[in-house]
Amino acid sequence: MELFTNQVLAGIATGAIYACMALAVVMIYQAIDHLNFAQGEMAMFSTFISWQLMQWGVPYWWSFILTLAISFAGGILIERLLFKPLAKAPVLTNVAGFIALFAIVNSVAGLIWDFTIKQYPTPFGSAPFLGSQLISTHQAGMIGVTLLMLVGLYLFFQFTRIGLAMRAAAALPESARLVGVNTSWMIALGWGMASAIGAVAGILIAPVVFLEPNMMGGVLVYGFAAAVLGGLSSPLGAVIGGFLVGVFENLAGTYIPGVGNELKLPIALALIITVLVFKPAGLFGRAIVKRV
Amino acid sequence: MSAAAEDTVTEAPAVEAVPKRAMTLGTGTSLVILAALLVTPVFVKNFVVFQMTMVMIYGIAVLALNILTGGSGQFSLGQSAFYALGAYTSAVLMENFNVNYALTLPIAGLVSFGAGYLFGKPALRLSGIYLALATFALAVAMPQLLKLHFLEHWTGGVQGLTVMKPDAPFGLPIGQDKWLYYFTLVIALAIYIGSINLLRSRSGRAFMSIRDNEIAASAMGVDVAQYKTLAFGVSAGITGIAGGLSAIVVAFVAPDSYTINLAIALFLGMVVGGVGWLPGSFVGAAFIIFVPNIAESISKGLSGAVFGVLLFLVIFLVPHGARQVAMLAQQMLGNLRKN
Amino acid sequence: MTAMLNVKDLRAYYGQVQALHGLTFALNEGSLTTLLGANGAGKTTTLRAICNMVRSTGAIEFEGKPLSGKSTENVVRLGIAHVPQGRGTFTTMTVEENLQLGAITRTDRKNIVADIERMYEHFPVLKERHTQQAGTLSGGEQQMLAVARALMLRPRLMLLDEPSFGLAPLIVRELFKILGKINREDKVTILVVEQNAQLALELADQAYVIETGKIVMSGNAKEIASNEDVRKSYLGY
Repeated sequence: MELFTNQVLAGIATGAIYACMALAVVMIYQAIDHLNFAQGEMAMFSTFISWQLMQWGVPYWWSFILTLAISFAGGILIERLLFKPLAKAPVLTNVAGFIALFAIVNSVAGLIWDFTIKQYPTPFGSAPFLGSQLISTHQAGMIGVTLLMLVGLYLFFQFTRIGLAMRAAAALPESARLVGVNTSWMIALGWGMASAIGAVAGILIAPVVFLEPNMMGGVLVYGFAAAVLGGLSSPLGAVIGGFLVGVFENLAGTYIPGVGNELKLPIALALIITVLVFKPAGLFGRAIVKRV
Repeated sequence: MSAAAEDTVTEAPAVEAVPKRAMTLGTGTSLVILAALLVTPVFVKNFVVFQMTMVMIYGIAVLALNILTGGSGQFSLGQSAFYALGAYTSAVLMENFNVNYALTLPIAGLVSFGAGYLFGKPALRLSGIYLALATFALAVAMPQLLKLHFLEHWTGGVQGLTVMKPDAPFGLPIGQDKWLYYFTLVIALAIYIGSINLLRSRSGRAFMSIRDNEIAASAMGVDVAQYKTLAFGVSAGITGIAGGLSAIVVAFVAPDSYTINLAIALFLGMVVGGVGWLPGSFVGAAFIIFVPNIAESISKGLSGAVFGVLLFLVIFLVPHGARQVAMLAQQMLGNLRKN
Repeated sequence: MTAMLNVKDLRAYYGQVQALHGLTFALNEGSLTTLLGANGAGKTTTLRAICNMVRSTGAIEFEGKPLSGKSTENVVRLGIAHVPQGRGTFTTMTVEENLQLGAITRTDRKNIVADIERMYEHFPVLKERHTQQAGTLSGGEQQMLAVARALMLRPRLMLLDEPSFGLAPLIVRELFKILGKINREDKVTILVVEQNAQLALELADQAYVIETGKIVMSGNAKEIASNEDVRKSYLGY
């Protein structure tokens, strides 16, 4: 029983990483209706920017804030330059664009900062959290920040006019335009916010997985899986999905014989798919009713 | 008129409807291209012949994805898994059971078809992003499954398997590479023609009706689930044949040749070639084989970035892929004839 | 009276297909005008062309300012509210959020709350349901919501696309009564596209008849209603 509890705890700790990423995934999905495959790379790049700032002597929290601002502007810039022109192109062409962006960001980061692993500091320390060896203060801090972001997003979307306009643009672009919402800029704003949330995710994840250009590859996949599991329309679902995937993965690795590290991911995915077969809109997603 | 206004007129469907006739090339054009393909190997180096063979093999795999996505509107990221399955089927049969290489191909196709059909049965209850995730899981799992310990006796584990490259039969005086080129050409041609006929057949019309409007299709009596699974199986089967061919031509299989990157490359090939346009599959295949090399030659350190930029250039200029180029060319030719 | 909206030689296209073939008409300030026509005559396209939602050529002027080249949202910001066919309700949002969206471009925030209250006076049923998801409303209620949402813009001109579509006759009467009231009391110029010609002609003071993308008749609503051809084709007696 203790093994079980410990594995669940460890799962929640890794789950926090996925939850963080899943939140960014849901954010962009709400804005543009696609999964952005380059999102992990964008988050990695943001993390490198904050690392570079710290190397130049900027204190942690200042570099954190600066990085958020840069990432927000960068996300908007990428949308305006690269994806606005593709707004009328077929969906699959857009997906190809995400893959191209992925290749570019990864390669440029590798050139600027090379592929050696770098240490990344944490403001929360890495002592055992409440005496548990399985969750460190950093991981606890990460869970806290994720939940804070979740609350922040909820308040933003429910109680601000711009949040309302963004929801309208995502739900029914044409109707949104008819009440005067500039839907094109709402998409850009969605990119900016997703990019900033991704930056937070990257900064929180980096102390755990270490900083290098390929750090987000695996994380993004889990983030996607978590977002899909929770239901792509629900930020809360994405966060819960993240924790569930973390726990799933740990338990599968512990209790299913012969799984080991390498098959953890496929098994976690298989479980998620099984859930989706029975609950196609995800655990917390709103079912979309198709009209004939 | 304003740019923002126009896209509100119709919501673009995930896959655009392509009329049946627009899925192929005219007879004249096809014959010219075929003639060119027949004589080229005489004039070029063996390595180029090998690359052209690989273009055809990838082309077959992209074509299989096109049948699935362009034909029936479903989307799979798991093609690399079926490709791997085909490759290993051929390799294992040739090395462990001494089966003739040509005979391994139909078996590779059947095995992949079966796997695709069985996987498709439950998975096709999902659609869109969810299906993409399911097939993605398959693609990620496949290399790990191939490394499994208890299969190592046949698969060679992480090391993979080396396969004997076949010589030209009947004492024909051409080298291995050239022989395999013509061998692949014949199979590619057969699959291409077969696919066109498939899409023009009753089943093909059923596929396309599902792509265009699933509810309407089922209202007209198309057994949507059955045809979706079938399309998935056929696509997997053709991909398996491509995989088998690759095992013969490359003379080597290893688990890490068939990662998710292969599936992504095949997807890019489809987009660059034009979704739903079968001849484009081979254009797309050429893109995914040659452009990374070009990128590498432009800048070693930034090859990924160069590749990304080139890809962006292509999709900015022709968002509908090679199909768009072909249609433009056709229009211009038509105008010339009129004048 | 000066014309508030001036449309000259309007041609509109869906891809290669031309839907409007040189439409010319004008709306007087404060008028309630109806655009009549059969299915496919181009009524909806006309409204969409005014808001730049289809590709079109020709000149459209609103209060002396040309609308061509402006994006839909900027046309709306000039004070033109468009109630689209199918109502365009944000079904997953609450009734009140739908109304707030109607006022999303306004800068006079403190008046918005009062305006929402005014809408609840016009349409008491919306007040009862203000916390419900709009998708749970009946068709008639959603139409009321769509009109209310458009009014939240404090528009100078309101375009309505077949407001009677799919509604029970009694509800249509009620809705049209409210439209008349809005036109008279709030001084909103209204252009309403209708297939229900009888009701529309009773309500309107001006009327245009459109056939296959061209205006074939125009004038005072009463005169049009008594015209023989119109009676035969659109009123059915």
